[in-house]
Amino acid sequence: MPEITLKINGKDHTLDVPADMPLLWALRDKLNMTGTKYGCGIGRCGTCTVLVDGEPRQSCRLPAVKMAGKEITTIEGLSADGSHPVQKAWHEEDVPQCGYCQGGQILTAAALLDKNPKPDDAAIDKAMKDNLCRCGTYFRIRKAIKLAAVYAAETGDES
Amino acid sequence: MKTPKKNEGSNMDRRSFLKVSMLASGALMVGVGSYGTLLAGETAQETWIPNLYVRIDPDGKITIVSKNPEGGQGVKTAFPMVVAECLEVDWEDVNVEQAPLDDRYGRQVAGGSRGTPDGWDDLRVAGTAAMHLLLAAAAQEWGVPSAECYAQSGTVLHKPSDKFSSYASLLETAAKLPVPDVADLKLKSRPSDFKLLGSFVPGIDNAKILTGQLEFSSDVRLEGMLYAMFEKSRVYGGKLLSANVEHIRTLPGVTHAFIVKGTDDIRGLQPGVAIVGESWWEINTARKQLKVEWQTTQTDSSAEYEKQAEALAGGSGETLRHDGDVEATFDKAVKVVEAKYYYPFVSHANMEPQSCTALLHESGKLELWAPSQNPKSGRKLVSKTLGIPESRIHVNQVRYGGGFGRRLRNDFMAEAAWIARETGKPVQLQWTREDDMAHDFFRPAAWHHFKAGLDDSGRMIAFDHHFITMGKDGETISGSNISPKRYPAGLVPNYRLRQSIIECNVPTGPWRAPGASAYCWAYQSFYDEVALAGGLDPLQFRLGLLSKSYGKPPLDLERASNTLKVAAEKAGWGRDPGPNRGLGIAFAYGHLGYVAHVAQVVADGSNIRVEKVIAAVDIGPIINLSGAKNQVEGAIVDAISTAQLEITFVNGAARQSNFHNYRLLKIDKAPEIECHFIQSDNSPTGLGEPPFLSVAPAVANAIFAATGTRIRELPFKRSGINV
Repeated sequence: MPEITLKINGKDHTLDVPADMPLLWALRDKLNMTGTKYGCGIGRCGTCTVLVDGEPRQSCRLPAVKMAGKEITTIEGLSADGSHPVQKAWHEEDVPQCGYCQGGQILTAAALLDKNPKPDDAAIDKAMKDNLCRCGTYFRIRKAIKLAAVYAAETGDES
Repeated sequence: MKTPKKNEGSNMDRRSFLKVSMLASGALMVGVGSYGTLLAGETAQETWIPNLYVRIDPDGKITIVSKNPEGGQGVKTAFPMVVAECLEVDWEDVNVEQAPLDDRYGRQVAGGSRGTPDGWDDLRVAGTAAMHLLLAAAAQEWGVPSAECYAQSGTVLHKPSDKFSSYASLLETAAKLPVPDVADLKLKSRPSDFKLLGSFVPGIDNAKILTGQLEFSSDVRLEGMLYAMFEKSRVYGGKLLSANVEHIRTLPGVTHAFIVKGTDDIRGLQPGVAIVGESWWEINTARKQLKVEWQTTQTDSSAEYEKQAEALAGGSGETLRHDGDVEATFDKAVKVVEAKYYYPFVSHANMEPQSCTALLHESGKLELWAPSQNPKSGRKLVSKTLGIPESRIHVNQVRYGGGFGRRLRNDFMAEAAWIARETGKPVQLQWTREDDMAHDFFRPAAWHHFKAGLDDSGRMIAFDHHFITMGKDGETISGSNISPKRYPAGLVPNYRLRQSIIECNVPTGPWRAPGASAYCWAYQSFYDEVALAGGLDPLQFRLGLLSKSYGKPPLDLERASNTLKVAAEKAGWGRDPGPNRGLGIAFAYGHLGYVAHVAQVVADGSNIRVEKVIAAVDIGPIINLSGAKNQVEGAIVDAISTAQLEITFVNGAARQSNFHNYRLLKIDKAPEIECHFIQSDNSPTGLGEPPFLSVAPAVANAIFAATGTRIRELPFKRSGINV
């Protein structure tokens, strides 16, 4: 079983994983980091989204052994205290219903705002369309991303 | 179904009473419940079972217990809000605790949109009684009449003297006071009474959800825990003949692999193979080498169902209700309209596939962490399957990723419990998405043959409905029936409901508003056809239908009409929506809620975009404005999504397996949504199901308005429409 070192949320973790184990299961079963969720296992729901070097990727399809040397961000590490503009906006708009997909939604939204600080509906729909929400929170996701853009701009102004 | 109580200030069962106690820790606890007899007449002795909701610690910490399962419907925020409102404490000061399954709490079910109507009285009494005691305690300490005192923000104040005391400082005195008579409590009832209720309160668990800290069912982690999978026959009802478990046991990461004989109960522990190991991924990999020989007999197929439906359509079916004389009325009707509607099976597709964690303690106590919408029935199933008395089974309620009725079945509890006992280890069962879709309890398909007779004013004077549905041994099965009392019965003078049954071996079950979530689309689409055939506007036709009942009204005609009028007014019904656009309207009454929707679509050939959906909802006073709107918004997306989905069967098994061939709606197809609550003084009722019903027909009617294509079959694509 290969030993690998993964840099997750700024911290190095050394672990043994089967060569074909996806990052999702390394996180969940080897490191007990359960914020990243299993939804479909075939890269069709976005529930397992993490950021790899800032890009949203579906961790159920990423072999953990190939993630060495990459910067991995999970929902646990997006901010130290839930104060990321996207997290704040998600709370203000009260986006979650069951909440299961929301970690993936938030990370995808955060990556979008990094590239496009003021996305319109079309840009939001394009960036978010690989993240399914069975509860149907899409209407609020659009609103929350726009609110997060405002928060991010305010934070930027202060700094 | 339970009838909502009239909304009066103090309407409690006079025999209800309260029990107050001081815990050893010094915390004041107030419980509430009903005086009742032990179930099943085991003894005539009447007993008091307290339901505990409120805890105030000496340090001022206020804890409110939420008793019901939470899977996204928002009850863990809404229920404690009701208690907090009546307790007169600030929401920011409230801690919420999830109760385990505990018989003292009474009904602990997320189903039938019954949480709110069933809990409303108990929750208010719990909060009000605690507040009442604290008020009396302060009055006693100050030597003033309690009528001169009032409570606010966790403090009792005495108006004339400006004295005040925090709740925490009054606990000892309050605990010694006599129990208040529930009949003396003035319960807040109407929107005008509320400070907290009706406001926009974000979910109590948001902070944890948004940082990945909230423990869902699949996230339970126990010391020494193993992961498990359970392979069952993809052909329903298959018997297990053999499996290569010896080989599976030799594979990396696998600790156990064994055959489970199971039972004949398709809702319980079915025959199968358990694979257990140190990581889920490794057992998933090992499972690919699993070879099982199944003996299967069932050959159900969607094509065969369809053939049978066609054959049955020619017959007369079993008449379930006949008011007046439909045939004679058709003969004299000015116009007769006929149409056939069909909808397919659909899956729950909970975002979190089924899972459950179990541990058999050395003491013999079995502990479960269950994502169940009905944990009590799950406990019963586990008890029956494993032969462990219910008193030795403890069920922790864990949050689950979506329910929609799927988790009213507890097959996963029986499986996890069995595997945990066999291995002697704490075990987490985790289904794959493919397991979840194959072994769902589907919403059943049905065909509706409608025939309406109109008089010269366009009014429906006869309605014949031949309902061809799924069943077993000539009886309907879970989710496949229509009540003969259901409107339009009672709204049309000559009404007939006939039923024919197709034999079906596929597991079915409750799916968000069982039955109604599907047939409301059929009825409300057909009404549009009838309206237009009679030369009436679809809104006017519906208001006409709701203007008169024959016998006892099957729904509150005024509330139903009013929701239609509000939706129409907010949507600007009657306006020209613009080129290639259409408006559609529909109404529903279900699970005690009244809802109407207006949808606006724009057509580009056969490609439709749902631009906006407007909802008018009357479920009485709103508890949490955010949670309530979330239910309405989510139901709209769910309904548009579901109208485009189907599960089909070949050779006794489901064909769809994952999100590549069961494609839930994505954000780019989600409409704008406007939600209007009509906050009447009626008692509040539930909202998990009512706002789903009239969405699909409003959209389908809008598509007709925009394109001239009448959708009589779901999914939409069967009519050549892409949404």
